[in-house]
Amino acid sequence: MSDLEITLFVFMLATFLGLEVIRKVSPLLHTPLMSLTNAISAISVVGAIMITGADGATMLSKVLGFIAITAAVTNIVSGYLITDRMLKMFKKPGGKR
Amino acid sequence: MLHLVSYIYIISSALFILSLKWMNSPVTARRSVLAGEVGMLMAIAGVLLSFHVFNWEWILAAFFIGTAVGIPIAYIMPMTAVPQRTAMSHACGALAAALVGTAEFYRANQLHETLSTFVMVPLMLETLLGFLTFTGSLMAMGKLQEVLPQRPITYRNQNLINFLLFAIAAGLGVWLIVNPAETWIFPIFAGLSLVFGVLLIIPIGGADMPTVIALLNSYAGLSACAMGFVLGNKLLVIAGALDGSSGLILSIIMCKAMNRSFTNVLFGAFGQLQVAHGKAEKRPVRSASPEEAASILDAASTVIIVPGYGLAVAQAQHKIRELFDALMKRGVDVKFGIHPVAGRMPGHMNVLLAEADIPYDRLIEMDEINGEFPQCDVALVIGANDVTNPAARTDKTSPIYGMPILDVDKAHTVMVIKRSMSPGFAGIDNPLYYMDKTLMLFGDAKAFVTEILKELPARAAA
Repeated sequence: MSDLEITLFVFMLATFLGLEVIRKVSPLLHTPLMSLTNAISAISVVGAIMITGADGATMLSKVLGFIAITAAVTNIVSGYLITDRMLKMFKKPGGKR
Repeated sequence: MLHLVSYIYIISSALFILSLKWMNSPVTARRSVLAGEVGMLMAIAGVLLSFHVFNWEWILAAFFIGTAVGIPIAYIMPMTAVPQRTAMSHACGALAAALVGTAEFYRANQLHETLSTFVMVPLMLETLLGFLTFTGSLMAMGKLQEVLPQRPITYRNQNLINFLLFAIAAGLGVWLIVNPAETWIFPIFAGLSLVFGVLLIIPIGGADMPTVIALLNSYAGLSACAMGFVLGNKLLVIAGALDGSSGLILSIIMCKAMNRSFTNVLFGAFGQLQVAHGKAEKRPVRSASPEEAASILDAASTVIIVPGYGLAVAQAQHKIRELFDALMKRGVDVKFGIHPVAGRMPGHMNVLLAEADIPYDRLIEMDEINGEFPQCDVALVIGANDVTNPAARTDKTSPIYGMPILDVDKAHTVMVIKRSMSPGFAGIDNPLYYMDKTLMLFGDAKAFVTEILKELPARAAA
């Protein structure tokens, strides 16, 4: 099996797993879910680091990579922090006023 | 070292999956964020260990700026602006993916590496989705921030023009896949993708934003996923696929809640609710003062409050919480009926009401609450319109016919807080307002609830 085929397998499994897991998410939490997945999709920071930090990266690569890392890190930081801020607001039933 | 990195990536993937799994209940949800954060830190550590990294100054500077921008966004942003922030972060995520794809394309061409079809196909998908989601999300953000008109912007042959543009972009993409060395095509391809993103979103109205935001979420995730194929990184594929399927599920839920087909959404032909029903015949409505409203609420034993986007606009959530407390103290059973598309993004109302400290067991989904309206004394509609329109059930000519609604018209008494009789966003008249049991409370949501609150204690003392 080539590497591409393995990656396709991984993609297929991850998609179905994602569909099953997300289906169970409480509709109460759809907004924080979206900001959480936003932060997770900022995983593109990994690709951006690979581009920017490559040996002999051209000026174009460095500039594009720099913007990409900045955008992704903004998403990571603001995404996790705001998700946490939202989740803190969901008070337990009958809990403190 | 490379083996170590693989194991780091595997654990990181597992943490992302757990992070999403823990979102299934508010009880475990706080753990989600922690799992996600640790997963992300491991991923970043993994990539920094995976090869000899140059240009540290560029990378560290970008991390520094991203953090400096991200922290204030997370803490200063008011909860009512969450839809805009979400659209903005879709734009950021998509831009990152598109730029990485672009950089990879030029890098490989510069070094005269052959870009195989297996790399070019995902690379084209990554940049197409990335660029169109970037501009599309910026448009959505503009509409949500009301910098751009919330109405659908339409022109003649819109669908034909959009389709042609997309076809040209796709054609150029295929050409590049076959001849990756033709670098001059790439800027045209990228430019068309950017323009297409704008055209895709401008015909969409504010009320359809929940679906659009969910769809853009999905595109941003798929773009990161395609990047994983380009760079041969399975962690990217997994995280991107999780995000893509999350956006997909949310947009399907939103579609169902508006009775739209999924194909309808995929091809972007949504939001075109004709501004029909111009028949503005003046029918009599009954209106009531805050004093009357207060006495009706005081006499009720069960009240269901139905919030909509108007609540967010009026920033009335804290006042509504005071009303909730006052009524609960009087022994009135108060619940909230939440329609899936109420507001401007999935779950928007829940977050606003949670922000106002309303316990989440009082926030009831549409399917669950609908059975309770017939036994309910008062349904209080605040800033919601189309999601309560009984025409969706009965009037086959109505543009929203078939859309599941909250059955507020089955309550004993209906009270609607509304600024004026002007029809709602989609321009559809709401027969609910002309029913005998309906009382219209004209005014700003926050101001009117404040007035009701003033009347309530007076009655308790009496």
